[in-house]
Amino acid sequence: MKQSRIVRNIALGIENLLLHKLRSFLTMLGVVFGVGSVVAMLSVGEGASKEAMEQIRKLGSNNIILSSIKPIEEEQTSTVRAAISIYGLLYNDYARLRDTFPMIRQIAPVKLLRKESRLGPRAMELRIVGTTQTWFELVPREIIAGRELRPEDHAQFNPVAVLTEFGARRLLATQSTIGQKIRIGSDTFEVVGIVKSESGKAGNMQIPDQEVDVYIPLSVARHYFGDIYTRRSSGSFLRERVELHQIIVQIDAIEHVEPAAKAIEQMLERFHPKQDYEISVPLALLRQAEATKRTFNIVLGSIAGISLLVGGIGIMNIMLASVTERTREIGIRRAIGAKRRQIISQFLIETVVLSTIGGLVGIILGVLTPKLITFFSGMPTVLTPLSIFLPLIISIAVGIVFGLYPAANAARVDPIIALRHE
Amino acid sequence: MTIQNGEIVSLRNARKIYQMGTEKVHALDGVNVSFKRGSFWAIMGPSGSGKSTMMNIIGCLDRLTSGQYVLEGQDVGTLDDDNLSERRLRHIGFIFQSFNLIPQLTVRRNIELPLYYLGWDAEKSAERAAELGRRVGLEQRLNHRPTELSGGQMQRVAIARALANDPHLLLADEPTGNLDSATGEQIMRLLEELHEEGKTIIMVTHEPDIAAHARCRLHMKDGQVDRIEES
Repeated sequence: MKQSRIVRNIALGIENLLLHKLRSFLTMLGVVFGVGSVVAMLSVGEGASKEAMEQIRKLGSNNIILSSIKPIEEEQTSTVRAAISIYGLLYNDYARLRDTFPMIRQIAPVKLLRKESRLGPRAMELRIVGTTQTWFELVPREIIAGRELRPEDHAQFNPVAVLTEFGARRLLATQSTIGQKIRIGSDTFEVVGIVKSESGKAGNMQIPDQEVDVYIPLSVARHYFGDIYTRRSSGSFLRERVELHQIIVQIDAIEHVEPAAKAIEQMLERFHPKQDYEISVPLALLRQAEATKRTFNIVLGSIAGISLLVGGIGIMNIMLASVTERTREIGIRRAIGAKRRQIISQFLIETVVLSTIGGLVGIILGVLTPKLITFFSGMPTVLTPLSIFLPLIISIAVGIVFGLYPAANAARVDPIIALRHE
Repeated sequence: MTIQNGEIVSLRNARKIYQMGTEKVHALDGVNVSFKRGSFWAIMGPSGSGKSTMMNIIGCLDRLTSGQYVLEGQDVGTLDDDNLSERRLRHIGFIFQSFNLIPQLTVRRNIELPLYYLGWDAEKSAERAAELGRRVGLEQRLNHRPTELSGGQMQRVAIARALANDPHLLLADEPTGNLDSATGEQIMRLLEELHEEGKTIIMVTHEPDIAAHARCRLHMKDGQVDRIEES
């Protein structure tokens, strides 16, 4: 009984709004666009930050990544022909880190190479990573076929190669390729496995997989190919000596990550007078991404607040006009026996119905817009339940807040005066 | 509470004072009058004589400044706004000069209006509206809007609406004022029928022809009862 009365009141409210279709529609637009833009922006923002966080997580939140970079002053002097620039992380750094820090659970050195290679009839320049088996523990990759690198490969200088999915595709290698010989530079390696590639970017940190075709043991890489790289560029040779391009460190506990990063930096500073390395901490990036997201949400929230405020004021304005226009109707209803609160609820229901329908239409708009954005720009968007229900609840609240004043005005109408109102 | 002498409305030393700027207007200046249940009254008098104020008081739309107003045995002079609304809803049916129908609502919805506030369900209300539509001879017009009706038809709708809550007391404020005399006669006949069915009718008019339909006539002058004629 009680419930059916509410339903009936709402039905009457809708009926009343339908008497002025155009006006009701225009009144609603403010809320429609307010809510629509909020939903759309939230899902775009959510999509962007989710992608970033996903990538950062793939790098491992317990990891610290040290990378070699060419110092700036080197860059300037290295234009001298045939000069050799020596920089970057050293094998010694790797050993020192491994041996001095008890909170380091695992550590993987990375050496990057580019070599002319050949598998069967296919020949191309491959991007090669020389590392140890710990790399596969730090940055886990699914094995598609065969096996990963093993400790003995490194210790015994086994000439073995593990292809990435990416590299395998380039070389047209399949599972049956396992066991075949691949030529890298002038040396022969045995293909022992294929692992899955992860892809994408995490902030300014590239997930290395897209850049990697093949993994070989670090000892082999060093022994066969040495540490000197020659790069050809616009008629001059650049010669560089880099021992390790990256060292990936895994810390035993997440709360040790940041102190460990500081300690590692202090240690490296002592052996590297030039700033020829860089420390990135995915955890810090994750924190940063979360902070960015919070800021983003606050900005969005403010925009949402303003647009819904404008929508609410629009509703209030129209409802005030409507109360004036319907003074006589209010007088009639009061004379017949309607109580003040029944008049209040009548007008309040109308505004809330308006703002709720506006909110629902806005949500539909706000759900479709990100889909279009994804369709046309490929930007990822994510709809969370919160990004739908929050604007809806807010739009209902807007109806109540901005409907109260006009409704109270309506209830103040004196029936005697209202009945004389023309 | 007993109803003394079958009185439905009784005013004792009723005063209504309006503040108009610095001047006090005594719209009702000590009125003592009572109306018996089932009677048919016309209240007459020149404009400014206080007859409209008296109607507003009797209709529970307004409150006395001092004195006592007893409606159906209850003193309503001290009631708050909600309770006055409740009196109007349960005890009184209004008929106005300008009909005061809600133009956006159909005839049926207009008749149902008091039932809506009484909390009747939709089905029962629709039945009652149809029955009242028949009663006033407008069963064919229930789904029309008031603007599609003639003045006489609109007043019939208003009467049907006034009857919806089955009140004992019908208050008619110049019910024929906006109608031609032939239509006015029809409306008066309808009111007479309702009187014969036992309704108490109090009507404000300044037309002697219309007042002649009432059984009693009360003449107001300067906020006081001038004289009472009974026929």
